[in-house]
Amino acid sequence: MTSVPADIHAPRDTGLSPAELHRKLTKTWATPSGLVGFFTTTDHKIIGRRYIVTAFVFLVLAGLSAAAMRLQLARPDNDLINPDLYNQLFTMHGSTMMFLFAVPVMEAFAVYLVPLMVGTRNIAFPRLNAFSYWMYLGGGILLWGAFLVNTGPENGWFSYVPLAGPQFSPGKRADIWAQMITFTEISALAVAIEIICTAFKQRAPGMSLDRMPVYVWAMIATSFMVLFAMPAVMLASTALILDRLVGTHFFNSAEGGDPLLWQHLFWFFGHPEVYTIFLPAAGMVSAIVVTFARRPIFGYLPVVLSLVANAILSFGLWVHHMFATGLPRLGESFFTASSMIIALTSGVQIFCWIATLWGRPLVFRTPLLFVIGFIVTFVIGGLSGVMVASVPLDTQLHDTYFVVAHFHYVLIGGAVFPLLGATYYWFPKFTGRMLSETLGRWHFWLAFVGLNVAFFPMHLLGLWGMPRRVYTYPAEMGWGTTNFIVTLGAITMVVSFVVFFWNVFVSLRSGQRAGDDPWGAGTLEWATSSPPPPYNFARQPFVRSREPLWTERGKIPVVQGLRTDRRELVLSSVIDGEPVQREASPPPTIWPFLAALASSAMLIGSIFTPWAVVWGTPPIVITLIGWFWPKGEKEELG
Amino acid sequence: MIPFVKRFEAAVYVSACVILGGCSGVQSPLDAQGPEAARVANLFWIFAIVCAFVWAAVVIVLIWAVWAKPPNSREKADPLSVDEHQDRRAGYIVSGLVGLTLAVLCTFTIASFLGSRGLASGEGAIEIEVTGYQWWWEFKYSDPEPTRTFTTANELHIPVGRPIKVALKSGDVIHSFWVPNLSGKMDLIPGQHNELTFSADRPGIYRGQCAEFCGLQHAKMALRVVAEPAQDFEAWRNQQLRPASQPVDPQTSKGREVFERSACILCHAIRGTIAGGRQGPDLTHFGSRQTIAAGTLTNTRDHLERWIANPQAFKPGTKMPQVPLNEDELTALSAYLEALK
Repeated sequence: MTSVPADIHAPRDTGLSPAELHRKLTKTWATPSGLVGFFTTTDHKIIGRRYIVTAFVFLVLAGLSAAAMRLQLARPDNDLINPDLYNQLFTMHGSTMMFLFAVPVMEAFAVYLVPLMVGTRNIAFPRLNAFSYWMYLGGGILLWGAFLVNTGPENGWFSYVPLAGPQFSPGKRADIWAQMITFTEISALAVAIEIICTAFKQRAPGMSLDRMPVYVWAMIATSFMVLFAMPAVMLASTALILDRLVGTHFFNSAEGGDPLLWQHLFWFFGHPEVYTIFLPAAGMVSAIVVTFARRPIFGYLPVVLSLVANAILSFGLWVHHMFATGLPRLGESFFTASSMIIALTSGVQIFCWIATLWGRPLVFRTPLLFVIGFIVTFVIGGLSGVMVASVPLDTQLHDTYFVVAHFHYVLIGGAVFPLLGATYYWFPKFTGRMLSETLGRWHFWLAFVGLNVAFFPMHLLGLWGMPRRVYTYPAEMGWGTTNFIVTLGAITMVVSFVVFFWNVFVSLRSGQRAGDDPWGAGTLEWATSSPPPPYNFARQPFVRSREPLWTERGKIPVVQGLRTDRRELVLSSVIDGEPVQREASPPPTIWPFLAALASSAMLIGSIFTPWAVVWGTPPIVITLIGWFWPKGEKEELG
Repeated sequence: MIPFVKRFEAAVYVSACVILGGCSGVQSPLDAQGPEAARVANLFWIFAIVCAFVWAAVVIVLIWAVWAKPPNSREKADPLSVDEHQDRRAGYIVSGLVGLTLAVLCTFTIASFLGSRGLASGEGAIEIEVTGYQWWWEFKYSDPEPTRTFTTANELHIPVGRPIKVALKSGDVIHSFWVPNLSGKMDLIPGQHNELTFSADRPGIYRGQCAEFCGLQHAKMALRVVAEPAQDFEAWRNQQLRPASQPVDPQTSKGREVFERSACILCHAIRGTIAGGRQGPDLTHFGSRQTIAAGTLTNTRDHLERWIANPQAFKPGTKMPQVPLNEDELTALSAYLEALK
């Protein structure tokens, strides 16, 4: 039985001319200009862009701290940087890269791209999205602000207890670290929920699960990992703060606590964390490979299943970070096996990407170069990962430069290269202009050479016995020359990024105009203008295949009947993507910003006094009441 | 002299060796000097060679895939023109490669399982208690006879060819005991008792250092393992059991006096004197050790004087404070300490 919707007389888009439709939708969906719009926007594209830019700023900061460390290590017995600063630098480098760059930038791309790829007009929970950005920014400012006043955390991004506990780390440095975790995890959890709901409930009509782009699958898998992994580290960092602030003894062995509990909780998060960075990258690679090989992906099902399997298996590996802690041997062997098997599912993806490229007339542009560079270097990182997964080998390799080499190959080769490829690939969509191909090639080759010169020799340093996290080493160890070469590689990487940012700067002003679909790609984000209008799609597309732009030969069928006087989008069923209802999407609002401000004040205050939790909570409650105050409009309609 | 020759060799061969067969390094796991390290080194080479082949194969296939052109390649391919026959063939190849990967991984897992099974269990071993502190090592040699128990620091003497079981404890934060030429590492965790068994095949001096980040001076927390023939080890042990030697000349006498009336005795012990501090290393036979401050400086008179005069200059953050002493006191004190053979 069909019921007549209550808003049957409201203005609809049915039969409107394109110009008229554009005018009406822009009026409804546009973000106010100026400062008001800056603080109130709920547009996923504006927030996504902001997220991406902020994440790259943190990349620069973390990269510069790495460069400073490399200068210190360039020669033996160097005294350029004192140990206190050095320890802060490597902590800032690791924490920033993991918590403020890698995970956020992957989520940032998803915030921008997932709604476009599934053909909807905004992300699910746009206000939460705004809130999550402000929280992320707050966490980043907290960490780097503290560093600027010489209160940067100094116990590594892993912050092991008891070193980070109250007895051995007096002062506020470790608290700053732990609270920064709270900020970034709140923001990561929020985005994960938005992505899952957007991908599951807001797909364009007809886009059944098996018609979703691989990238969207990757982001769903990633988001579920975030949901399960992040609570572990929030629990751990909260327990650490409690140990430090109010004298609980979660990790104090003298009072019945256990320092190893920290390691279990941290790595139960920390290992999946690596895959929350790699899976989005795998999704990006899938998108680029498909477009540049000009064919649907080879083995859609095995690739998607491997992504999901990676997401699940990655929760069974954490103990391989603890092989030197004296756990029972049999238990360790289980974790060796599970660490090995994840190489299989990663291997399946690599084979399928190569098979997709096989025998196609490839279009060699910068995104594809980065993908090829990715396969070459990521496989090195994967194989050295197989080596450190072995218990006996790991007892020698653990906490040496071999491991530093390993995970930089995985994270730079395996995630940053795809990310850079993706930046070249989607930059035209974000900005309407192409990045320069010439500068892009310079960027790629400098980054590729820099990566290998900086990190391959680190394998050897590790095999010659150089441990991690040392601010200096004696000349007679014979590590000097190799470290000097490593530093040259690091400088090359810095130069490659200078080229990249110059490219972005120049291309933003005078890059070639992109048009809607510069690469001739097949997925929905290319079916709208570049950059997309505030409402993304004038009419929501109707999807009958995985690459609608290819199969429909450019003319995609659309849905009409949505209201034009308020922000409205189509909700669809989880599996088949059948349209279920029209849903209102919230207009711009200041409350998420205020809520983030109030939450930040409470969280930062609580570093200094437990009473901040008391006086800091009412403002949060007030902002949340403002946020959720009923607006007098029926949210859902039949 | 042996260590210096070794170091020199290491410096010369360091680049070529790992690639050509991993012969020598200062503290390299590939330069195995004991059965435990040798087992891991062998396993490493198996892994490394197989992995190198796998990588080369992937890259060759990738290059091939990128270079291979379809028979009649046009400027821009129709995205929907996929050769199904070719895809089916690719399907077989990919399945085969996945199967192969699985086989390699299973082999690796079993090899590493057997590898860790084979590591020594520690029966009939000499037991030494190792305690890690920020940032030095304490070694306690126990004996059923209490008078034959003694404590030393930063230099672990062991007899060649006998299994050594180290009981690992921490006095503050987590450290990790790692002497790569002899064995893999094991953490020292507060409130937990870990053990590690290893042995040395040949006499020699093997450097190790803390492998778990333990704070400001993690970089300067090294140790030396001196492996020597059984009779040398016994001689050393008997020497260590004796109380500190008495001063023989006015300068060393003055040095002892300086030691006993300054802040030194609050942290350091010298058996046979009134000094009984336990915060820092036992100095009873300090003069017999090769380094100062856990491998920070070689143990020479000059270094020792400068170290005592200003420890923070060499190891910023070290727990050893600067003790105000005049020039004469400093000379006398270092003369005394150097004489504690």
